[in-house]
Amino acid sequence: MSNRVTNILVPLISVILGLFVGAVIMLVSGYNPLEGYAALWNGIFGDLYTIGETIRQITPYLLAGLAVAFAFRSGLFNIGVEGQLIVGWFAAAYVGVAVELPKIIHLPLAIITAAVAGALWGFVPGLLKAKFRVHEVIVTIMMNYIALHVTNALIRTVSEGGDRTENIFASASLRSEFLQNLTEFSRLHYGIILALVAVGVMWFILEKTTLGFELKAVGFNQNASQYAGMNVNKNIILAMVISGAFAGLAGAMEALGTFEYVSSKGGFTGIGFDGIAVALLGMNTPLGVIFGATLFGSLKYGALNMPNAAGIPIEIVEIVIAVIIFFVASGYIIRLLLLRASAKKKEAK
Amino acid sequence: MTFLDVLYFIIPSAIFYAAPLILVAIGGVFSEKSGVVNIGLEGLMVMGAFVGILFNLLFADTFGAATPWISLIAAMVAALLLSLLHAVASISFRADQVVSGVAINLLAVALSLYLVKRIFDKGQTDFITERFARYDVPFLSDIPFIGPLFFTSVYNTSFFAIAVAFIAWFVIYKTPFGLRLRAVGEHPMAADTMGVNVARMRYVAVMISGALAGIGGAIYAQTITNDFGHATINGQGFMALAAMIFGKWHPLGAMGAALFFGFAQSLSIVGSSIPYIQEIPNVFLLILPYVLTIFALAGFIGRANAPLANGKPYIKGQR
Repeated sequence: MSNRVTNILVPLISVILGLFVGAVIMLVSGYNPLEGYAALWNGIFGDLYTIGETIRQITPYLLAGLAVAFAFRSGLFNIGVEGQLIVGWFAAAYVGVAVELPKIIHLPLAIITAAVAGALWGFVPGLLKAKFRVHEVIVTIMMNYIALHVTNALIRTVSEGGDRTENIFASASLRSEFLQNLTEFSRLHYGIILALVAVGVMWFILEKTTLGFELKAVGFNQNASQYAGMNVNKNIILAMVISGAFAGLAGAMEALGTFEYVSSKGGFTGIGFDGIAVALLGMNTPLGVIFGATLFGSLKYGALNMPNAAGIPIEIVEIVIAVIIFFVASGYIIRLLLLRASAKKKEAK
Repeated sequence: MTFLDVLYFIIPSAIFYAAPLILVAIGGVFSEKSGVVNIGLEGLMVMGAFVGILFNLLFADTFGAATPWISLIAAMVAALLLSLLHAVASISFRADQVVSGVAINLLAVALSLYLVKRIFDKGQTDFITERFARYDVPFLSDIPFIGPLFFTSVYNTSFFAIAVAFIAWFVIYKTPFGLRLRAVGEHPMAADTMGVNVARMRYVAVMISGALAGIGGAIYAQTITNDFGHATINGQGFMALAAMIFGKWHPLGAMGAALFFGFAQSLSIVGSSIPYIQEIPNVFLLILPYVLTIFALAGFIGRANAPLANGKPYIKGQR
């Protein structure tokens, strides 16, 4: 079996196993899995409105997935997407609330500010990794909590003690009447176009530029890259900064598109962590991220329909997602089993 | 409020908040000393907290005052079983240990909330009625200064956590088991050559981490929140992870760091009623443990070296 085929089979099998485990859990706890998955399906594709909302939900997952995947390709594990997303969300909403400008300036300004905020949040772990060889996983986890508490405090300051900001000015909004009319007034917004452009940008950086070549080389083998004359430290920092910028944009989607404000949070949004699943499932390629984000965005939004339609807690989908991550991470064993299976087939011939 | 009053107020509450952190951080020390990164501590704690509360609610009538302690055992078993999943993935299936840990975290939260909704038909459990009792240690609490600081209205769980830290230090640094554990984490191939079963040692270490994290989670839930919901364990596991790193992968260091983080946590909660401290914006106290951990990692507070083989699956015969 060729490498390419197994690369596609591993995520596919993981998804099937995840859905299977979900079905077993529903069965054991006395729910009808068929009813459950039917409710999930209708929650995703039920009518034009749900389809619009599903696509809206996919948008931040696309960007969060890109952020994780981009860092992965450079050999870095960015668990900090969650924190970078949160600061991006705040930054975009702040720009949206603080000033009123013509749309052509205001909207890009808010989006860029979000990307810069995310990039800054990624810069810290990148710098520490490059200068002090500090493992980025731990630093980014700590940065997540710092982001959560700091933005909560800032939101309190901006809203003078409240726990959410005003709505942003229309001039900073990504909302689109055209897309809303198309989808029976869902909250679908122009962010999806931006996210798809970002997919193209990542593909372009990785495949068509020297920078991308160096980043991938550093990801494969740092020592060899160093020997070949590449500046490994600079590339590590750059990779984290770009990854953080993608994550910040994911936050902008929530700030400028879906919610149009930012409120203080008791816990994480989870989008950043699900971005890990998206990237893993997409084998860290831009095209793969589209598939991963579509799957997880759909699952997440469709799950909201499960309590109403089938009386099943939405957490079942979270369980399915966790199991999928688990199996994708354990890709080695699936590859091994596939190898055995194909070897047996050859013997039989 | 005099300075002494402030101390009498803060120190007991710091120890109270630190107890679960100590246990979970020690769990992390065991796992990472064997070379398995355990980001899943948070999830293991969640599982412990959930099962602890559930058991307490179900069996409070049967066991009476002993319920919280027996709940700890139930929580320990549940988290241990969950940690086996991490062990299988990261040791036998050669999964990326960080990714597997993330999966454990997501799974624990999802599974426990799913079960809460299934059993209680709402987002959180009822409040428990059987709690750990606070008490004054006889005689010791009468000692001036030290008595009110350490021995007045304390939980036995705090003493338990501190005892576990010392036992862990003894086990890791003074027993043959500990020697093998450290060998497996530093240089698994050398340990393998000397006849140590690397995979088995790592399985045991991860299971110990699961057991301790489960107990820690159950103590947290049964002393601090008294019920279980989605926000019961909100970053405690990661804070324990931070304590482990800040304590340089040493059980007593981890205990010290956990005590300090407990101090920071209690300051952020009771600080608003203490002069001077109430002037500091709360957010600085909230982020203190995380910022300090980053400083510690960057080597600004002395160099900390993780076990050499940490995070790498051991593949026999590969050099």
